[in-house]
Amino acid sequence: MVSTLGLPAETSEDPSPALEVRGLTKNYSIGRIARQKVVRALSEVDLSVEKGEVLALVGESGSGKTTFARTIAFLERPTSGEIFVGGRALPRRPSNHRLREHRREVQMIFQDPYSSLDPFHSVRYSVARPLHSFGLVPRNAEREAVEELLDQVGLVPAVDFLRRYPHELSGGQRQRVGIARALAAQPSLILADEPTSMLDVSIRLTIMNLLLDLQRSRSLSLVFITHDLGAANYMGDRIAIMYAGRIQEIGPASEVMSDPKHPYTQLLRQAAPSPENERRQGTQFEGKGDPPDLTALPPGCPFAPRCPFVQSRCEEALPDLRQVGAAHHARCVLYE
Amino acid sequence: MPPLLEISDLTIGYGWRLPPSVVAVRGVSLTVGAGEIVGIAGESGCGKTTLALASAGLLDPPGRVLSGSVSYQGTDLALLSPDELRHLHLAEISMVFQASMNVLNPIMRIRDQFHDAMAAHGVHSSDGARQQAEETFDLVKIPRRFFDAYPHQLSGGMRQRAVIALAIVLRPKLLFLDEPTTALDVVVQRSILQTLDDLRHQLGFGVVFITHDLSLLVEIADRIAIMYAGAVVEEAPGRQLYEKPCHPYTTALMSSFPPLGGPRQRLEGIPGQPPDLRNPPKGCSFAPRCPEVITGTCETVDPPTAWRDRDHRVLCHLYGEQAGDHG
Amino acid sequence: MSWRALLHNHRAVAGALIFALFCLVALVAPVVVPYSPTDINFTPLLHPSAEHLLGTTINGQDILSQLIWGARASLFVGLVSGALISLVQLVMGVFAGYVGGVFDTVAAAVTNVFLVLPSLPLLIILAAYLRGGGLLMLVGVITITGWAWGAKVLRSQAIALRDRPFVQAARVTGESRRHIVFAHVVPNMLGIIVSNFFGAALFAVLAEAGLEFIGLGNINDVTWGTMLYWASEGDAILLGAWVWLLVPGLCLALLGTSLGLLNFAVDEIANPRLRRE
Repeated sequence: MVSTLGLPAETSEDPSPALEVRGLTKNYSIGRIARQKVVRALSEVDLSVEKGEVLALVGESGSGKTTFARTIAFLERPTSGEIFVGGRALPRRPSNHRLREHRREVQMIFQDPYSSLDPFHSVRYSVARPLHSFGLVPRNAEREAVEELLDQVGLVPAVDFLRRYPHELSGGQRQRVGIARALAAQPSLILADEPTSMLDVSIRLTIMNLLLDLQRSRSLSLVFITHDLGAANYMGDRIAIMYAGRIQEIGPASEVMSDPKHPYTQLLRQAAPSPENERRQGTQFEGKGDPPDLTALPPGCPFAPRCPFVQSRCEEALPDLRQVGAAHHARCVLYE
Repeated sequence: MPPLLEISDLTIGYGWRLPPSVVAVRGVSLTVGAGEIVGIAGESGCGKTTLALASAGLLDPPGRVLSGSVSYQGTDLALLSPDELRHLHLAEISMVFQASMNVLNPIMRIRDQFHDAMAAHGVHSSDGARQQAEETFDLVKIPRRFFDAYPHQLSGGMRQRAVIALAIVLRPKLLFLDEPTTALDVVVQRSILQTLDDLRHQLGFGVVFITHDLSLLVEIADRIAIMYAGAVVEEAPGRQLYEKPCHPYTTALMSSFPPLGGPRQRLEGIPGQPPDLRNPPKGCSFAPRCPEVITGTCETVDPPTAWRDRDHRVLCHLYGEQAGDHG
Repeated sequence: MSWRALLHNHRAVAGALIFALFCLVALVAPVVVPYSPTDINFTPLLHPSAEHLLGTTINGQDILSQLIWGARASLFVGLVSGALISLVQLVMGVFAGYVGGVFDTVAAAVTNVFLVLPSLPLLIILAAYLRGGGLLMLVGVITITGWAWGAKVLRSQAIALRDRPFVQAARVTGESRRHIVFAHVVPNMLGIIVSNFFGAALFAVLAEAGLEFIGLGNINDVTWGTMLYWASEGDAILLGAWVWLLVPGLCLALLGTSLGLLNFAVDEIANPRLRRE
């Protein structure tokens, strides 16, 4: 039996990145007619992800990281900006046909394993749907194809899992089904939105390792979204830090972790729990203030109110991303 | 002087009939002294929340204590009447639940919620109550002006601080915290934990801190107990647990947290799942997943309690032949 | 929703049995009726006897035969109206809620208009306007006045489901909108949809009887409602013919109860938190 799945993507000579994003902006309006406010969830995001690369996107809630994933997956229409997948531009209002092509290339893994699978349908149904809707496998070969996918995500024996329902599975198992479903479409890019944050600690690594293995064997590009710096360091070839809807720092993972340039990244690193830290007696931690209000962003740097190195010009204008290392950029007046 | 909290061989089950369908906590013993932070770490289903509820006197049917006891300052909680227990709550024993920022009543101003709680414990004068509450706000670092606000006017981090303020406004002696910072961003989390630590030094209360985040506990807890499938599998002072973990589960759990720096190397999680507590396996409950399992022993014989040091105990066949009581 | 849960639920079993009994009677009515229900050749106002188990009406018709025959009308109107109402609710509630946009805005506005119209007076006015029409007219009138409330409920449920991750996952895997509504949204709302159906059927049965009682149906049809109409017109109570007045009402109450029980049962099964230990 020859499997049509699981083969690495055709290596073409095309050097275009798997994903490229320019000036991506997404605003939402909330509130009633007379008192509407605009939430600036994403502002002028420029980013690219190379073929076969893992980009870890780090941010807290409200940073825009989930909005980023939803916009790339086209669950939301961007307010402005351009999206290129595999070098091909996605029109602002794609036709149904074009959208399906996009969906075939870009898949998503969701955060909550307890609500990302339809409770009404079996595992087999959920994993087979992409095969069916993209016409990837003839009807009579569907079952085999699903079994093979389940096998690849570690749900063995696959035959047992076919007829199970989500409520019969643990969180980790459900997440594996979600991964199988994403892989079924044979995408070139997978957006994983905090896929492990709702799982038990000991299960997280197994899922992260699974994603890494699958990504390497299929030369997939992966955007791994998380709020956990440790996970970002583990998964990512590069790390991008988001704050208030913008990229604040981006660079190779080891560099961003060992020599963070942006004060926010430094703050994150300091704040993250780490057993290596000596027991703190007395106040040393500088973190103050609250996460930014996306409906009322100040004109300059959004991190200024909380920044230990804030200067007067920080509130005047937003700095650009400047080079601070070989492939390392940071958006801060300190580097202008 | 009896310890602040003494949990003795406590076993708790859930079910409307006896024998109960699930035994959630098995033979747990733990003590907490004044001014001490004791951390309980474990994953979902290990029984830590059930243990906390019972220890705070908050366990409701279908949960029930099957054997063992919980004593607060020497008094067995089971011997207290519901009224006596109610008087203890908030004034002496207080608890902050998971995702507490949603515990505040959205249609009541914060000050009214404080007044309610304080009046229930005999603090009726509204000026006196206000002063006490505002001082508590200062302690948890919330600007006083938020006292008159509605919950939705505060950010998530502020609300959590407000809930902590409510929990300590009557200056209890024992505070239970169940995942108090999980839903908050890591910067806010760090800030709140720092405040808690300062408060503990200032006011001298004992803290039971429950979380799945072991790396957090290593930083702030004086002692840590690791729970798995309803039992305490290891207990030691924080630093010692980190430097010399004994139980294979502890070791595996600690290496489940990818480090923030250092060389990148592949880590392994723990394959498999925790056991179904409705059908607990014989012998050690971790045996099916244990990388150092002793075949023939671990799956059949209950593990003994071994003492590595004066204050470091492990529930494991790998250490010591002591025939001791469990827990 | 599992079959075993249904069997253990006493209310479901009771409701289902009663309902099944009525269905059976309605189906075999032509075979089972002792006499033709419209036959006026019997002595009027007879008390219950061996020949006429429930007696006769003032027009000389056998009450038992009428009672058996009446089951057909009530079930017909109940089930057909229930089905039609459910269909309208699916479009105006579920589909509109999921699809959103202009379609939903218009549908929601229309729903609100119908909600604001007082249904009982509207029912009476429409029936009076179409006076003389029989069961089909009643089905129509009942459907027009009975769909709005349930549609609103279904719409808000559909909107909530729209944001659930598994529905969004279905979009990302390239499912068509139609498929998402029928394969993902509707199945996860099945409890409410079925419950709405029983509620609508109950409303229809009682509305039909009510309209016929005040003479707005076709008074020559043999239904429980018209039986009550004739009993009231014929001063049954004054004449001591209490059986004639009692039994159609009793049947209506029983059928209504069975629908109500089935409704409770579906609620309980679909929402595990309502189940009793």
